[in-house]
Amino acid sequence: MKTLSRIYNFLIFGFLYAPIVVLIAYSFNDSKNRVEWGGFTFDWYKELFNNELIIDSLWLTLQIAVLAAVVATVIGTMAAVGIYSMNGRLKTLMMGINNIPMVNPEIVTGISMMLMFVAIYRATGLLQPGFATLLISHITFCIPYVVLQVMPKLRQMNRHTYEAALDLGCRPFPAFFKVVLPEIMPGVITGAMMAFTMSLDDFVISYFNSGASAQNLSVTIYSMTKKPVTPEINALSTLLFGTVLILLVAVNVRQVRDLNKQKERR
Amino acid sequence: MSKRTAATPFALWMGIFTVVPMAIVLWFAFTDETGAFTTANIAKIWQFAGTYVDSIWMGALATVICLVLAYPVALSISRKSEHMQRTMVMIVMLPMWMNFLLRTYAWMTLLENNGLINQFLRTIGVIGPDATLSMINTDGAVVLGMVYNFLPFMILPLYSVMAKMDHRIIEAAQDLGCNSWQVFRRVILPLSAPGIVSGVTMVFVPAVSTFVISKLLGGSKYMMIGDVIETMFVGDGCDYNVGAALSLVLMVLMLICMSLMRKVDNGEDELGGMMT
Repeated sequence: MKTLSRIYNFLIFGFLYAPIVVLIAYSFNDSKNRVEWGGFTFDWYKELFNNELIIDSLWLTLQIAVLAAVVATVIGTMAAVGIYSMNGRLKTLMMGINNIPMVNPEIVTGISMMLMFVAIYRATGLLQPGFATLLISHITFCIPYVVLQVMPKLRQMNRHTYEAALDLGCRPFPAFFKVVLPEIMPGVITGAMMAFTMSLDDFVISYFNSGASAQNLSVTIYSMTKKPVTPEINALSTLLFGTVLILLVAVNVRQVRDLNKQKERR
Repeated sequence: MSKRTAATPFALWMGIFTVVPMAIVLWFAFTDETGAFTTANIAKIWQFAGTYVDSIWMGALATVICLVLAYPVALSISRKSEHMQRTMVMIVMLPMWMNFLLRTYAWMTLLENNGLINQFLRTIGVIGPDATLSMINTDGAVVLGMVYNFLPFMILPLYSVMAKMDHRIIEAAQDLGCNSWQVFRRVILPLSAPGIVSGVTMVFVPAVSTFVISKLLGGSKYMMIGDVIETMFVGDGCDYNVGAALSLVLMVLMLICMSLMRKVDNGEDELGGMMT
């Protein structure tokens, strides 16, 4: 039974990683053809860095992801604090609104915002599809993730510590930053990280809300897959995958080290 | 000043960029180009009834396959040591951090008529040297793409519910004379129901509404409702009003599906184990 389950897990993980292995292998393939193997080369990596379209959209993607994560984290954290102190119908309403982008099919969220931007553009000439519309749409779908990450941390927190700070003469704002924020920080950080990765990887919503002037990486890749694709994409995906792998391993190692430290202290 | 005011920016932002756009979809669905009220768009939906049925069928098929494939994996991860669990969860999540278009595009390389799988089958002699197993541009390829892309969304919520399961209950059932099947059927399965519900929701909604997977792996014919909606909003021959009506129906269908799922689950936590 144990070996059976091990083989099964191995097969499933193999299924998950097969396309990734293919992409990585073919990024070193010295042949324009997608399926023929023509020897080992680094050419696609060189060409990748000369491909302005890809480099520009990579840069734009990072800008959008950082800005969207920061704005969404600020609005989302404030929202969680506010909603947590609400009661009854108002709270239900706010959480309902928060859930709209999470339960809606992405394509519907995408086109609904697109229709609004089109309407605004037609009426006022403002918000032409581009950087601003892309950023607004990303902030909008990132906020709910932050709220949902911060909310449980507020629930776990002892309400009385904040009240104690007020009783001891701390004013509400400093009390929030000194007492509440450190307590909910893990949720804020996870929320920010989720927002960042969601924004980095988003295609559907970006597809409908980016103009010709501001295309993020996913949209650029999509337009490239329509034509016979050059292997530069493989090189790019290998680099991205390598970066993520290193980051994740680093985070994991740090967490394990922290856990060990905590155990030692006990 | 009460703490509630902290939610004001949120209420304004989400009001303007989520609630208003939903209202605009509604408005577009019930008007024509001149802005006059009409039900013509809604009437046109019947032309696409077959597409809706196909999309729901393929989405449901992909969801069931995901559930069947994911359940044993999640269960076995949840029974490993704490350190091993972390590592295995990371292995499951890692592919999600690679751009999903790129991963889907890699499947094209594998499934093509001259692709790696066909080359492999020819080499080992399962099919003749000139024969081809056609896989790309079929319904099967689209379902495979969905299963591949959304499998982690099924494994993770299942796992997080199973990891929290109290093992003493399972042991108690065994002590009371249940065989492994009865333990599974009577204890593990009911306890993992919230994970199943959130997993199914997280796979079914994106699977039914996808347009990229069907376009890359299913060829150029539009087969999914997502593809139809996309053509209504992008490129020549777009029709925002009909597109809005189609999206509205998609939204309503998803809401119905989800409230059905909620009923099964008796609606305890909002988005299940995924959000822990």
